[in-house]
Amino acid sequence: MNFAILQFPASNCDQDCVHAVRVLGHTASFVWHKDTSLGGADAVIVPGGFSYGDYLRCGAIARFSPVMQAVKHFADQGGLVIGICNGFQILCEAGLLPGALIRNRDLQFHCEQVFLKTANLDTPFTTRIPAGKLLKIPIAHGEGCYFADETTLAALQAGNQILWQYCSATGELTEGANPNGSLQNIAGICNARRNVAGLMPHPDRASEGILGSADGRLIFESMIAALEKKSAAKAA
Amino acid sequence: MTEPAITPELVAKHNLTQDEYAHAREILGGREPSYTELGIFSVMWSEHCSYKNTRPLLKTFPTKSPKILVGAGEENAGIIDIGDGLAIAFKIESHNHPSAVEPFQGAATGVGGIIRDIFTMGARPVCALNSLRFGELSNPEVRRLFSGVVSGIAHYGNCFGIPTIAGEVYFDKSYEGNPLVNAFCLGVLRHDQIARGAAKGIGNPVFYVGPATGRDGLAGAAFASQDLTEESSEQQRGAVQVGDPFMEKLVCEACLELLATGAVAGIQDMGAAGLTCSTCETAARAGTGIEIELDKVPQRGPNMSSYEIMLSESQERMLIIVHKGREEEVKRIFDKWDLPWSQVGTVTDTGRMVVRHGGRVVADIPAKKIADESPVYQRASQEPEYLKEVRAFRLNGIADTRDPVAVLSQLLAWPSIASKNWVYRQYDHMVRDGSVVCPGSDAAVIRIKGDSLPESSNGRPVPEKLVALTVDCNGVYVYLDPYEGGKAAVAEACRNLACSGAVPLGATDNLNMANPHQPELFWQMQESVRGLADACRAFNAPGTGGNCSLYNQNPSGPIDPTPTVAVVGLIEKPEYVTTQWFKDEGDAIVLLGEVADLQDPLFGLGGSAYLQVIHGQKNGAPPRCDLETARTLHTTLLGLIQSGLVKSAHDCSDGGLAVCLAESCISRLIARETPRLIGAKIDLSAFKDIRLDALLFGETQSRVVISCAPRDAYKVVERAKLMGVPAVQIGKVGGQELDLKTAVGEFSAPLAGLHDGWWNAIARAMA
Repeated sequence: MNFAILQFPASNCDQDCVHAVRVLGHTASFVWHKDTSLGGADAVIVPGGFSYGDYLRCGAIARFSPVMQAVKHFADQGGLVIGICNGFQILCEAGLLPGALIRNRDLQFHCEQVFLKTANLDTPFTTRIPAGKLLKIPIAHGEGCYFADETTLAALQAGNQILWQYCSATGELTEGANPNGSLQNIAGICNARRNVAGLMPHPDRASEGILGSADGRLIFESMIAALEKKSAAKAA
Repeated sequence: MTEPAITPELVAKHNLTQDEYAHAREILGGREPSYTELGIFSVMWSEHCSYKNTRPLLKTFPTKSPKILVGAGEENAGIIDIGDGLAIAFKIESHNHPSAVEPFQGAATGVGGIIRDIFTMGARPVCALNSLRFGELSNPEVRRLFSGVVSGIAHYGNCFGIPTIAGEVYFDKSYEGNPLVNAFCLGVLRHDQIARGAAKGIGNPVFYVGPATGRDGLAGAAFASQDLTEESSEQQRGAVQVGDPFMEKLVCEACLELLATGAVAGIQDMGAAGLTCSTCETAARAGTGIEIELDKVPQRGPNMSSYEIMLSESQERMLIIVHKGREEEVKRIFDKWDLPWSQVGTVTDTGRMVVRHGGRVVADIPAKKIADESPVYQRASQEPEYLKEVRAFRLNGIADTRDPVAVLSQLLAWPSIASKNWVYRQYDHMVRDGSVVCPGSDAAVIRIKGDSLPESSNGRPVPEKLVALTVDCNGVYVYLDPYEGGKAAVAEACRNLACSGAVPLGATDNLNMANPHQPELFWQMQESVRGLADACRAFNAPGTGGNCSLYNQNPSGPIDPTPTVAVVGLIEKPEYVTTQWFKDEGDAIVLLGEVADLQDPLFGLGGSAYLQVIHGQKNGAPPRCDLETARTLHTTLLGLIQSGLVKSAHDCSDGGLAVCLAESCISRLIARETPRLIGAKIDLSAFKDIRLDALLFGETQSRVVISCAPRDAYKVVERAKLMGVPAVQIGKVGGQELDLKTAVGEFSAPLAGLHDGWWNAIARAMA
């Protein structure tokens, strides 16, 4: 499968996403923010970083870049899109995902490993995650506190769109396990159609044992499995 | 625009002595300098740019090794071969004065400056370190500075996308009002990608790239070369630059992309002394001249004078000399990144730096002379009086401890020893997918992979490399004995590397010192440099450059002399990577090295954390650092690691054996709020001839605590002894307590309490 990795000015996890995809034996190509086409990619990763220096508000400027029109079109066609960290912020700003990411509860940047509970195993981003398995994946953000109004939150819950929640080593959704004050310990969500997802933790930094955890692979592998299923269906 | 007349007052205000001014006139062929030229001489001959007070000392460093590709002082950073056609570029630099005045921007721009020094060499910056010193956290002003510096570093490094992967922080009264902020950066490149800061090729165009020049940071280099006064914070805030990491990221990417085209003849960042330094130095290195037109320099404000444009230290700017005919490539790439660029001048054969503004020549100076013929001073040096008292200090009046568990808890919660998680959690230390050992072990380890390197047209696949890094210095030791303290700083760094499985490749040092005009303070610097240099030789870790920051004192006195040293090493194979925490229940715990230096009348307690925290004494000759003993220890430890016998290795430093053991039990972090605590049963009852406090908290040098599988314990001990390293099994891993059996009693410390004090001390002080 070929992944398009978007490059905004000051994306800084773009290379890491390419690396993670290649480690899984697939291909990835950069797509520049001024481009208007995704070059026929099978899926899109909006990587982490500080697009446009996070000026104004995280992701607020990136949503206007030409490439985001292509991403919207791709998502409208049912294409798989995942936003990681700043990428999640961009997808929320662009209206592809509901809610917003605001400053961490303690107003400090947090870089640390966290545990994640997967709340819905039946999406293109989660099928390969064994039931009950907690994922250990690092976060690195200053504005990762997930916020949404009550209606939106209720809709997310009703639609099983909450994908990952911060939890303790034993799987409890405690206040202490929540690094940033996110509502309901939300670490990642998807849209109602289940083809666009975003999360604050970095699966791209947890795809090899030498980096302390390979749990992030399960998310990419889920996407690859979904894509392979789709292409098999097309072929048949 | 009329420029001020050159008066003796104006000359003095520019920190030029009468002799220096006379020499400047001589360089100008006897004529009086213009105002702009006076400014240029002032910054070029500041300590920051010229090393005029320290050059004779710096010459004593060992700087040669077959692995050094670019040596100390040649360029913006040294470069070392790491095999397979790959190399690393690294350097440390201080931003102390700016951080004292404006902690957030001061620290942020310190990071920005050192990152530029690295990509200027053609290397891709892949990790950062920092070494920080502050006053005591009980003081609210210190907390403001500490928190500002940490967020400044986090802001810049995180946005740029560089992992800040290791560092050290000490708190001591001597740094009150004069914090130390030393930032280190390491980059990687192929041998054929080394770029030079030389204005080569007569007729080649000179480009200015990056954001416009403003009035910020005017003459910051000169500011950094004075004592801090009470007025400093108010008057000199304008000398502190404002950083934009977003811009730096774009400039870095654009420069690396441009370097890959081969269109660049020379490149240099505009750091200290901005446009002045970059033009003079590039011309001086190439033996050419350079002519620039200030009207073409992008400017942020209207009506900037030539003096302001030449001396501005606006950040994230680069000077690039391009092969004639390839100008379009610069324009294409910088346009792609939406960055300003401007062709501002040409390389000439006159050997002169000629600056034009508004149709007039405002400066015309022989480039090589101003860059290379700066004054050099051999300052007077005299042993300080206080050392007599230090050497006479004995333990007679110091009562031995009766409650070592309470002492241990206090030491672990002492901010200089306590976990620095409050600091490094604010730094992105994992970006770039290379962080193999994160902050919290003896040394950080990063993986260098193919895509860590700058793009290259002949990008053959390269094997992965593992690089270990650490920065160390115990300023109290240096204050109490500059020579021993200097040696100990390098020895500790090399010991940390050995503990992580690495062989040292090279060192970069940052001399943070007080006023060199005071003979006693100069003596401290001279002796500590002698110690550093001897130790660098002993460990085969040649100096590849660094930085000197003088005048670190405030109205209440000088700082402790603090020559911080960052040492970088190579780990040959992934299986050699070793961390400091105990691994498995039942493992044997072995002490490598003497339990205490019995020839030292203070048994390693001189200058110790124990004396400072428990007895309020910063006194006594610090532990002796025997370089031969240290070297034998390091090679032996590495041999054991490479034989696959060592499961954990942690060096004994601040707080001695007990703190080392406790940290081995509590320092492993699985994830947020999930430490992994594993206890140890230690038996030291065989050591009867030594005071309990010295046994547990003495800081005798050259000691490491390792753990190994029980079946390997005998082999480990015998092998170490055979190599000439004292070794003894002192216990085994297991349980939820740290149990200490000694000749005078048995003590037990529950790990949860030790961990809580150690882990949360700084967060609590900052709450």
